[in-house]
Order: sequence, then structure tokens, then C-alpha cells
Amino acid sequence: MKRSRIPLYTTWAVLIFFYLPIGVLILHSFNASRFSSSWEGFSWRWYIRLFAERDIWFALQNTVIVALSSTIVSMVLGSIAAYALHRYHTRLQRVHYTLIYTPLVVPDILMGISLLLFFVGIGMQLGLITIFLAHTSFCVSYVAMVVLARLQDFDDSILEAARDLGATWWTTTWRVLLPLLAPGIAAGGLLAFTLSIDDFVITFFVTGPGATTLPIQIYSMIKHGSPPLINALSTLLLVVTFLIVWLVQHLTQEEHRHEVD
Amino acid sequence: MTPFLHFNQVRKTYGDIHAVDQVDLSIRKGEFFSLLGPSGCGKTTLLRMVAGFERPDVGRILLEGVDITDLPPNRRKVNTIFQNYALFPHLSVWENIAFGLRVAKRPAAEIKSAVDAMIDLIQLNAHARKKPSQISGGQKQRVAIARALINQPDVLLLDEPLAALDLKLRQRMLLELDQIHDQVGITFVYVTHDQGEAMSLSDRIAVMNHGRIEQLGAPAEIYETPNSSFVAAFIGDSNFFDGVVTELIEPDYCRLRIDGFPDVMCYNDKRKQRGDLVHLSVRPEKFRLSLDPPPNEARANCVRGRVAEVVYLGAQTKFLVHVQEYRLAITQQHSRFLLDQKPIRWEDEVWIWWHADDGYMLDRYSQTDEELLEMPAG
Repeated sequence: MKRSRIPLYTTWAVLIFFYLPIGVLILHSFNASRFSSSWEGFSWRWYIRLFAERDIWFALQNTVIVALSSTIVSMVLGSIAAYALHRYHTRLQRVHYTLIYTPLVVPDILMGISLLLFFVGIGMQLGLITIFLAHTSFCVSYVAMVVLARLQDFDDSILEAARDLGATWWTTTWRVLLPLLAPGIAAGGLLAFTLSIDDFVITFFVTGPGATTLPIQIYSMIKHGSPPLINALSTLLLVVTFLIVWLVQHLTQEEHRHEVD
Repeated sequence: MTPFLHFNQVRKTYGDIHAVDQVDLSIRKGEFFSLLGPSGCGKTTLLRMVAGFERPDVGRILLEGVDITDLPPNRRKVNTIFQNYALFPHLSVWENIAFGLRVAKRPAAEIKSAVDAMIDLIQLNAHARKKPSQISGGQKQRVAIARALINQPDVLLLDEPLAALDLKLRQRMLLELDQIHDQVGITFVYVTHDQGEAMSLSDRIAVMNHGRIEQLGAPAEIYETPNSSFVAAFIGDSNFFDGVVTELIEPDYCRLRIDGFPDVMCYNDKRKQRGDLVHLSVRPEKFRLSLDPPPNEARANCVRGRVAEVVYLGAQTKFLVHVQEYRLAITQQHSRFLLDQKPIRWEDEVWIWWHADDGYMLDRYSQTDEELLEMPAG
């Protein structure tokens, strides 16, 4: 029987659908023309201009500060929450699970509005702190869910074995539980980091003067009409993203190969 | 002699279920002791109480006269071998074994010599640097044993340690466990649902059912004189008959009336009285089976039946024989050359008899226990 070619065509169609816009964007970041309607030859000018834009560097700095801090805090809180959800099955934990789960399904715009109302209500100065708090509030849920998934495959008798061999609760946590959960916590952290970096809607609501993050900066640049710069910036972001993904895959494969050996 | 490990009126309930119900049990020093029973009988709960992972609702547990009921697991001189080994996947074989000494903060030189010696003992020198995921099931088992023994516990707890291994390996590990017990001389408490494992390893066995100890004794004692239909059916196979005591024959025997059987005599160690309703039980291999009538001296306990099934297994043959409404399971060992004899076939009329000493009367009988016989031997 002749093998159907439909899967092949579908694959190509999906790939084109996904990557054609990105390809066009990369192409135009090297376009000497100010407008993407015509091609006027290869040029690095937008990249050079980009490095001169102080606003962008400031926004990037803000974004990284917020992303790093909210990632670290949500990794700690999320892992603890996941462990509590895994370890105890009381009615309180069912409420806890719902509370952790809700931010994943609540629309961003609702999160944004409610956080804004909350911060205004308690008279908090809008700025980096509020963005950090807002990001942490949804990143905790993502970290908790990833770590919880990891805990589901976790053999609790390993912890019992450690206790049985004379380890205190504290030693067991440090020398057995945390090393074993580390990949899950790291994966959750990576997810939180990416979510925080490109969050627009929630950040837009809770940002204040002088606390512009990269997505907001890009949005305002589009409004004030400098698309070629954005093309260049997006291409750089793309490169960084691919590097991170490649690194993560490389690391996990290394671990996998080790196991098969 | 004071008992080494003592359970005093221990009880544990989960909701409505009595996982462990009023258990009183003393385990001797250096003994290989087995807790045997079907899943859910409370044997694992009992073991986990010794390890410190469960707390009894009522009752105390004493080790060498010291109450350990409230001690956390890390402060008991008791170590466990878990059913799935529970090795630390992120540590090498060497580090797995060293774990107990490391958390005890022993000097590095002492750890090194102790772990190296232990690895020599379990013959895993070539695998010391490997991770648990890279070694076989039998090797994991040995690492688990080494890891538990390095702390020199007073009691070693084994929770179905062979359940995850295949049959061949299980038999080899069985021998190894026995050798290790002889070498280290510490008390082993072994939990299993496999009667074969328990019988071959143990000094004494406690057969458990529904959170209670049904019978406690040496393997042969439990096999030859079970005191309940549960024990009789769970350990080996058994045939059960309902009867009434009709006559006491001094000093030690009694005569029973069992429907369909002409004349039944039984050893009366349970001191049954005339008119008592009893349940007689006879093991399959205690029956004699023949196409010819038995010699005269075996006239009691003799009955005729029709062969319904023959399963030839080489060393032995299993028969299923219909006698009245009973279906008797009978096993014959072939200690003589088989082909010289006239074979017993399907539908043959046969004589069946057994010695009065080979039957036993049960203290407790339950119809459901007979159904254990229908289950495949696990």
C-alpha cells in the first residue's frame, strides 16, 4: 500500500503557518527600508539603532529584575505549596488546590484589574514592586503545578528510607527530597521566568511611572511607529529563546543518556 | 527471658477498618520471624509501626524492654528493606550504602572502610559508582540490604523484599537472605504474602488475617496443625469435611460421623466431646490413593470415589476425586518408578484412605476460607 502523503503536507502547512510570520519578521529586521512594504537591501542599521535606545535597555533591565525576583520567590513558594498538596489530603488542602489552580484559568485581564484595584485599595505605590507581586501571584501557580506533577511520580518510600536510615526531617528534605525535585523545580522556574518576561496584560494594569517592562516598551514603540527597531529586538529575543531551549534540551538529554548507559 | 521485640495490645484503625486489632506478640532475639497473610491483613502496618512510620492508636511497642512507640523513625535502631527497594535514585550505589553513616556524621575514613567492606560482602565492587537505575533488580535488592545493615540495627525489617523479582532470582535471593541472617545474627522481621518464602526462611511464623494473628508457631507446626480453616487454606492446600463427634476412643482419638463416609477416626488433641460439631481437614498429600482396596489395618478413614481430573507434574500427580458431594484434592508423590504401576486415569473408581493422625480438627471454620483454595497459589 502506498503511504499517504497527507501527513507530510499537513506538517509543512503547520510549519509554514507557525514560522512564516517569524521568518518575515527576521527578514525585515535586516531591511534597510523604514517600511516593511519594500526591500531596500541588507542592513544592520536597526540593530545599531537598537543598542543606542536607552529606553529599551532600561525596560530590559526592569524586565529581568522582575522576572528573576518573581521566579525565585515563586519557585520557593510554589514548591512548598506543591509539597503540601501532595503530602496532605485534608479539606483545607482541597481549598488550597483550588486557590492554586484558579490563577491558571482566570483571564489575565481579570487578574490585572483585580490586582490594580487591590494595590490602589491598600494605597500601594504602583511600580516595580507591584509588578513583582503580580507576577509572583500567577507564577506560584505554574511552579506548583509543575512540581506537583513531578511529585506524583515520586516514590514516598524513598523519604521513609532516609528517615529509617537515621536522617532527621530536615536532612531528608535537603539531601533527598530537594535533589530529586530539583529538575521539576527548575522546569517550573523556567516556565515562570518566560511567563514573567513576556507578560503584557497584567503588567500593563499594575505598572507605574518609571517601571516600564520590555513588552510595555515594545507596545509603546509600535504606537509611536518604529517597527523596524521592534523587528530587530524581536529577532534578538528569538535568538536568546532558542539558545535557552537548546540548552535545556541539551541538559535533559545528557541526563537521559546517562540513565540508558 | 524477656522478649526482644514486644507488641503489647497494639491496635490501629483507619476509618472503620481495623488494620491491626489487639495484637500481642513477642519476637525473640536473633530470630527470623515472618508475618504472613493476604494483602490487607495488617502485616505491613505492624511492620511500619516497628519502623516508626505508623503510630498505634492503642498499645505499646517495646524493643529490649524500652518503649519505642513514640520515637521517630530516625531514632530507632531498626532498619527497613522496602518492597521496591526505595534506593536514592540521585546517589550512586556507594553513596546509597554510605547514607546511614553520613547522616550519623561518622568520620570519613570510617565511612569509607565500612562501605567498602559492605560492597565486598554483597559483591558489587564493579558497580559501586553506578546509579540505581543502571543496575539489575537483584543488585538493587543487595544494595538495599547493605544500606540497611550498615547501621548495625537491632532489628531488620523486610517488607515483601522479593515481591518485585522474578521466580528464579527470588529463589536465589531467598538463599542469600538466609545466609545473611546466619552471618549477622540480628533479628529479622519478614513480611510476606508468600507462604513458600515464609515457610522456608522462618524460625517462627505469625499468620495474620483481618488485623489479628490467627496462629503463631514454627512452620511445620502451622502446616501440620493449623487451628483455623483460614490458616489451613492459606498455608498449603486442604480438604474440609463437616462432621459430628460420635464416640471418644481413649486415650487420644475420637470417631466422627461425616455424611458419605463409612467410618472416620481422628486424633483428638483439641479434646472435643461427644456431639461436638467439628470441621475435619486433611492435606492433599496425606491421602493414599489406589485402584485396589487398602490393606486391612487401614479400614478406618477409607472411602471410594471417582477420579474427575488428573494433572501429572513429574515429581507428583494432582488428582481431583469426587466423593459424595465432596471434591477432594489429592496429591501423590512418585517415589517409585511410575511406569511399572497401573496408572490411575480419569473416571476410574478409586479407594482413598488416610491415617487418623493425619487429619486435624479446626478451632474455627469459615466457608469463605475454603474459597482460598480456588485462588491460584501466589
